Amino acid sequence: MAREATQVAVLGAGPGGYAAAYYAADLGMQVALIDEEKNPGGVCLYRGCIPSKALLHVAKVIDEARHAGAWGVAFQEPAIDIAKLRAHKQAIVDKLTSGVGQVGRLRKVKYVQGRATLTGAHSMTVSGSSGDTEIEFEHAVLATGSHPTRIPSLALDSPRMLDSTSALELPDVPRSLLVIGGGYIGLELGTVYATLGSAVSVVEMTPGLLPGVDRDLVNVLQKRLEKLFARIMLNTKVVRLAEEGNGIRAVFEGEGGPADERFDRVLMAVGRRPNSKIPGLDSTRAQVSQKGFIETDGQRRTAEPSIFAIGDVAGEPMLAHKASHEARVAIDAIAGHQAVFEPLAIPAVVFTEPEIAWCGLTETQATERGAEVDVAKFPWGALSRAITVDRPEGLTKLVLDRSSGRVLGVGIVGSGAGELIAEGVLSVEMGATAEDMRLTIHPHPTLSESLMESAEVFFGQSTHVYKPAKSRRK
Amino acid sequence: MTEFKLPELGENVTTGDVLRVLVKPGETIARDQPVIELETEKATVEVPSSVAGIVKDIRVKPGDQVQVGAVILTVDENGSGEPTSAEPAQAAAGGAKPAEPPKDAAPEPRQPQAEPKPDQQPSGDQRKPPADQKVVSMPRAARPEPAAAPRPSEPPKAAEPPRPAAAPAPAAAPPPADRGPAAPASPGVRRLAREIGVDINEVQGTGPDGRISEEDVKEHARRILSSLPRGAATPRPSAGVPAATPLPDFTRWGEVERQPMSNIRRTTSVRLSHAWNVVPHVTQFDKADMTGMEELRRKYREQVQEAGGDLTVTALLVKVLAVAVKQFPQFNASLDLESDEIIFKKYVNVGIAVDTERGLLVPVIRHADQKNLTQIAIEVHQLAQRARERKLTLEEMSGGSMTISNLGGIGGTYFSPIVNWPEVAILGVSRGITEPVWRNNTFEPRQLLPLSLSYDHRLIDGADAMRFLRWVVDAIEQPFLLSLVG
Repeated sequence: MAREATQVAVLGAGPGGYAAAYYAADLGMQVALIDEEKNPGGVCLYRGCIPSKALLHVAKVIDEARHAGAWGVAFQEPAIDIAKLRAHKQAIVDKLTSGVGQVGRLRKVKYVQGRATLTGAHSMTVSGSSGDTEIEFEHAVLATGSHPTRIPSLALDSPRMLDSTSALELPDVPRSLLVIGGGYIGLELGTVYATLGSAVSVVEMTPGLLPGVDRDLVNVLQKRLEKLFARIMLNTKVVRLAEEGNGIRAVFEGEGGPADERFDRVLMAVGRRPNSKIPGLDSTRAQVSQKGFIETDGQRRTAEPSIFAIGDVAGEPMLAHKASHEARVAIDAIAGHQAVFEPLAIPAVVFTEPEIAWCGLTETQATERGAEVDVAKFPWGALSRAITVDRPEGLTKLVLDRSSGRVLGVGIVGSGAGELIAEGVLSVEMGATAEDMRLTIHPHPTLSESLMESAEVFFGQSTHVYKPAKSRRK
Repeated sequence: MTEFKLPELGENVTTGDVLRVLVKPGETIARDQPVIELETEKATVEVPSSVAGIVKDIRVKPGDQVQVGAVILTVDENGSGEPTSAEPAQAAAGGAKPAEPPKDAAPEPRQPQAEPKPDQQPSGDQRKPPADQKVVSMPRAARPEPAAAPRPSEPPKAAEPPRPAAAPAPAAAPPPADRGPAAPASPGVRRLAREIGVDINEVQGTGPDGRISEEDVKEHARRILSSLPRGAATPRPSAGVPAATPLPDFTRWGEVERQPMSNIRRTTSVRLSHAWNVVPHVTQFDKADMTGMEELRRKYREQVQEAGGDLTVTALLVKVLAVAVKQFPQFNASLDLESDEIIFKKYVNVGIAVDTERGLLVPVIRHADQKNLTQIAIEVHQLAQRARERKLTLEEMSGGSMTISNLGGIGGTYFSPIVNWPEVAILGVSRGITEPVWRNNTFEPRQLLPLSLSYDHRLIDGADAMRFLRWVVDAIEQPFLLSLVG
C-alpha cells in the first residue's frame, strides 16, 4: 500500500473542499485533496449550481425571445436540439472542473482520486483505481457535502423518476412533468423544463412556494410561475406514485390538486441530506447530530481536535459560498489564527426568472422576533432600468434598525436580483446605514438604483416613489 | 410547593406547543428566568417563570400542547434564594469549567434560530433562509481547554512536543449567540479584534451610531494594556503623561528622521510614564550564590527539554517568586487609593518581561504557585515564543502579581527596573558572574547572581523589602526552601 504523509488532508473536493485545500496550500501547507471524481468541483460544479445555471440561461434566452413579439420583434418557436444542449452544458462543466483541477496542480496540491475511509484521528485510507493509499495527516477537513433526499414512501424504482442529479442530465423533454417540492431546486428545474416545452406541475405540502422566504418576494415570482407552469398545487401532498403505461400516476391529497393524474416524468426535489456517513468516522471522536450534520464549534473543529468539518455536511444553510467561507475559517484555525465563522449575512439566491435574493435578517424573522425594524420597499415599477427591459415586476426592500437605520437585511425579487444582493451583503457586514446607502452614488440607469432608492424610502424622500415618512427623520 | 402555570401570552393566544424545556428538576430557578420555549400561532416565545425556587416536578415535555393556565412545573420556594450573582462569578473564577451563561443576565428574547422542525415530507426547500447566520459560539463544552496551561496535577507527557499551531486555545471567545444585535463593525475590524484578543462587543465605537473602526479596537486594546481608567476624555492618551514641553527644532542641528511609534512602543511609553509618576520607587540590590542551583539546572535541563520546556534561570526564578510572594503577601498586592484600601491577591501569577523585535511584552504565568518547575519551564518557553511570534492575547498579558525582568542574557550587573503598575514590585536579574567568595576559610570561585528589587515604597517598607530579597537569595542558594514552605 502506498503511503503519504501530509499536513492537511481535505476529504471532498467541492467548493468547500477545494477552497480549503488551495487556501492551505497558499499558506504554505502540504495538502492532499481527496475525491472520487477525476477533477475537483463537487456537486456544485458537476451536478448542481453550474449545470443548472447553464440551463437556466438557455431558458431565459428562450423566454426573452418569446417576449420580444410584444416589442415588435417576432422570432419563430425555437427548435431544440437536446443532444447539443446537453453537450453545451457538459462542456461548461468540463471547462470549469478541469480549470479548478489545473489551479490545484499549480499549487502542488496532491489530488488523490478514490474513496476514503478514516482510520483514526490522524490517518485515512483511500481506495482508488490504482490501489489503496494510506494518508497520514496532522489535520483533516471533512467537506463531503450532501445528496438529494428521497421520500421513502414515494421511492419508486422507475427510470421515469428524476432527482436533481438525473434531471440535470436532460434525458429528454417530457410532455408532462410533476415536480414534488416547491423549494428552489424544484422551481429552478421546473423553469428549465417548462421553458423547453414540458407541462410542469409543482406540488408543495406547505401553504406557499419557497417556505421561509418573505411572502412579498415569493408572490412576485409566483405570479410569473403561474403562467409558466401548468399548475401549482399548494397545501397538497403526493401520497402515492405508481407506474402506469408510459408514465407515472400520482395520487394527491390536499386542497390544491386533482385526486390523481398521470405524468411522463416525476422530479423529486424535496431537499438534501448531509453526507455524514463517512466510513471510519467512528474511529474518531467526531460527533454527528440528530439531523445528520457533523457537529463543530465556531472554528469548524469537530470533537476530534485534529479534524474539521465544513460545508453542507457541517450544517445549514447548504450553500456553496457558505462552504468556501468556512473553508477559510477552518484553515485559518489550523494555521493558528483566531478565526471564527461569524458572518452577519449569508446571501441566498433562487435563480428562477425573476430571481429572488436575500441576506441577513428577513422581514419574516424580524416580525417573529418582534425586532424594532422598519422595512423600506422600492417597487421596480418606478425603476427606469426595469422599465427599459420590460421587467417592472421586481421589488427591493431593506430591513432597517428603526432607530439607527442600520441595514440588517436585504431582500430582492426581480430579474438579476442575484447580482444585486452582494451590495446588500456588504452593507450588512459593514454595519452600513440607510443614510450610507442613499449617500452612495449609484449608476443610472441600473437596477442597483433600487437599493439607493429604497434607502431614500426610509427617509420618505425617494425621488421616484412618493411615500412620506411616518415620522420625521433627520 | 408552588405551581407555575402558563400565563396569558397575548391577545387570542390560548395554546402553544412546547419546543424545549429549559430547566431540569432540582435546578434552582429565579423569577423571570425562561423555563420553556413555546411555539404559538404567532411566534416562538420563551416563557419566563413567575416563581423562584427549586424545580420539583416538570409537567410538560417537548411536543406537548399546553393551554393557558396549565401547570408547567412546580417549585419548592423555600429553597430559592436568588442564586444569581454568586454562581456565575464562582464559575468564572474557577476558570476551567465553561461557565453557564448567567440565566438572569441580559434577558434577550430568545435564541435567534430555533431549528427548523423536521418535516416528514420536506418542503423541498433545502436552502433554508440563513436564519441562524447570526453568530456561532466557539468553544463548546469539553472542547479545547480554555486559557493556556497544562493542568497543575498532570505534567504533559514527555513524548508529546508542544504543538505550536495545533490547537491554540481560543482565548478570545466570540460573542455568545444570544447577546443581541451584533456589534456594528466590519468583518475586517471584527477579525482584528479577534486576533488581538479583544471582545468586539466591549469596544466603544466612535463612528456614527456607535460604529466601530479599526482605531477604536486598537484604542480599546491600549486601554486594557495600560489599565487606565476608561473614558478619559482625551481621544488618544498622549504617550507621556504630563503634557510634553514643546520640542526644539532639531533640524537646526542636522538631519533627522521621524518614525511613527509602534503600538507597543506607545503602550510601553504610556505605561511606564504612569508607573514612574505614581509609584515612589526604591531599588535594593543583592547577590545570590547560584552555584548549586546552576548545577541542578544543568543536571535536569535535558529532562525538561524532552518535555518541551527550557529550564532557564528565569523559569527557576518564576518558581522562587511564586513561593516568595506567598510568604510576603504585600508583594502580591495593589493599592486602591480611591477607597484607601490595599488589595491582596489570592492568586499568584508571575509576569516575565520579554524582549521582542517590536518591543517589550510581559506575558503572565498563571497560578505559578500551583505548577511544578517543568510545567513552568514549558510555559515560559511557549509564552516567550508566542510573544515573539506576535501571538499573545491581551488576556495572556494581564493579571500579574509581580514581574521578572531578566537581562542576564545580555549582560550588566545591576539596574533599577520600573514597577509594572498596578503591581507593586519587580525583580531585575542581571548576568551571573564568577567571583571569589570567602567560604570554609578560603576563597572559592562561586557564581553570583546580581538581583535588583524595585518596589512601591507606599506599600512596602525598606526592611520588608530587604527581608523579601534575602528570602529570594536564600531560596536560590538553598532550593530546598521552596519545597519546605512552597
